Amino acid sequence: MIELEGIGRAYHMGEEVLHALAEVDLTIEAGEHVAIMGPSGSGKSTLLNVIGLLDRATSGCYRFEGRDVTNLADEELSQLRQRRIGFVFQSYHLVARLDAIGNVELPMVFAGLPRKERRRRAEAALDAVGLADRMEHRPAEMSGGQRQRVAIARSTIMNPGLLLADEPTGNLDTASGTQVLELLGGMNREGLTLIVVTHDPAVARRAQRVLILGDGRLVREWRGDEVTSLEQLFGLPESEGPA
Amino acid sequence: MRALDQLRFAAWALAFHRLRTGLCLLGISIGVTAVVLLTSLGEGARRYVHGQFQSLGSNLVFVVPGHSETAGAMPGVGGAPNDLSLDDALALQRALRQAERVVPVSMGSETVANRERHKQVLVLGSTRDFLDARHLRLRSGENLPEMEWERSRSVILLGGELARELFPGQNPVGAKVRVGDRRLRVLGVIDDHGQQVGLDIGLMGLVPVATAMSMYDETSLFRILVQVRAHADVDGVLDDIHDVLYERHGEEDFTVITQDSVSGALGSILGALTLALAGIASVSLAVAGIGIMNVMLVSVSERTPEVGLLRALGAGRAQVRGVFLWEAILIAGVGGLLGLGLSWLSTQALGWYLPAFDATPPAWAVAAALGVSVAVGLVFGVLPANKATRLDPVLALRGK
Repeated sequence: MIELEGIGRAYHMGEEVLHALAEVDLTIEAGEHVAIMGPSGSGKSTLLNVIGLLDRATSGCYRFEGRDVTNLADEELSQLRQRRIGFVFQSYHLVARLDAIGNVELPMVFAGLPRKERRRRAEAALDAVGLADRMEHRPAEMSGGQRQRVAIARSTIMNPGLLLADEPTGNLDTASGTQVLELLGGMNREGLTLIVVTHDPAVARRAQRVLILGDGRLVREWRGDEVTSLEQLFGLPESEGPA
Repeated sequence: MRALDQLRFAAWALAFHRLRTGLCLLGISIGVTAVVLLTSLGEGARRYVHGQFQSLGSNLVFVVPGHSETAGAMPGVGGAPNDLSLDDALALQRALRQAERVVPVSMGSETVANRERHKQVLVLGSTRDFLDARHLRLRSGENLPEMEWERSRSVILLGGELARELFPGQNPVGAKVRVGDRRLRVLGVIDDHGQQVGLDIGLMGLVPVATAMSMYDETSLFRILVQVRAHADVDGVLDDIHDVLYERHGEEDFTVITQDSVSGALGSILGALTLALAGIASVSLAVAGIGIMNVMLVSVSERTPEVGLLRALGAGRAQVRGVFLWEAILIAGVGGLLGLGLSWLSTQALGWYLPAFDATPPAWAVAAALGVSVAVGLVFGVLPANKATRLDPVLALRGK
């Protein structure tokens, strides 16, 4: 589903060039559940944004679902994001003035779907994330866990093949976090490719693969069931982990 | 994205920021009100003047002594080299078949007195046709008698206000007044309802034309009014007047003015004034537009994360631009409608204060004000919308 070859992302800060990503080679198959970990500034979010077609690599080649998307025009990237990719953010990014249904409807609004169909699908999606009784609540009237579940319903409403989650439980207590993770896990088991950026080993443990980033490079990869603690992930010498 | 959804999305965003939206609406509606109101006033003034000229009498042609080239002065102003005599008027009356009436007018200023009450007023010398030619009516008494123009008679018609001032609480008909050193009998009182341009009917006396000319010791008429029959060929009449007088005088020492040309000239002046007023008012509309731009710029900055989100959800640049443009257009359009409502109220209020002054806004001004306000939203919405469009989705999501 995702093939990255020598992907780099450089930022020009005046005279200096900052390599947020460098020489990243990565293949992720459809239906996989992948966690990306690494210290802050290691390029986790940049990698996620490049994969999500929100950001462009400055070098390398990116094939998404078998298609070279490295140099696609902005409008085509928007189309791919709209149809194939869902985003879940740490801070939910719900539109404050819209109720839960309105927020879930948004991607369908931009896709130009008729109102009745939007409403029907949004209601079903909110029902599926356990918010049947919160449909007409605004974000301010909901708890963090509920907001994130609205965001998940929104991110999957267009039936994407890929769901990208950037610290989805970062703002949640353990109980709500677990609820959100189980929701995401369930969607993954139904075939949705899931990539989660996290610094929480408990979150990473649920993934099949755990990628460790350092200074913009992929430094190591673990299996999810090998993960025990942060010290284990980052602290041990390179030879100890499976490359 | 469907147009209706765009509108709904924009309306939601506007409804969410009530104060900001409200102030913006206020600005644009004041701008639109200014445009509509000022053009209404301009148009009202034009219609008023036009109406006044209509009330001067329809199809009037004025013949005045002097010609701009020969006299070297404005026609009808200053000394005329040659008289426009009563005989000229008689010749015109004989020659012009298409003329309904030919009315000689002599004019001067005299003191009209009833015992110790006296007033210096315009005293015109003319014929009984004068009242009809100028759409005047008698309030009481009777018109000047049917008589030969060369004959003098000691009779006078008084303007309504003059009659009230000289004969307070009395009927002046039949009484004698002193005009200069003559004593004239009051035949009737002219109804001075409705003022006319250039002539205060209320404060006026009207005597037979020969009486006035001997009173002022004048050989020339002030002017000759020719009232053309309805549907007559005015240009033909003008030619005839020209031929008759040219033959009698041997030179072009007279000027023929049509009422249409005068009212047309004034009309175009007032039309230009209306446009100027509209131009001035548009400044306030432009200011309101800049207000919209400011508000939209703030809105874009404030909603930067939202823009990032919309991009992440798959909204293209064009759709993001549409979101903000629609907001600007909506705010301007609704503001325009409010402004129309406001100006309607204002013109109604104006009509209540000044019933004679018809300040109905011209249809073009209403359409233009609405169109312009929407255009203002569009124009001043482009910059903020483009700013939103250029935002980098990744940075925008982080609120930068």
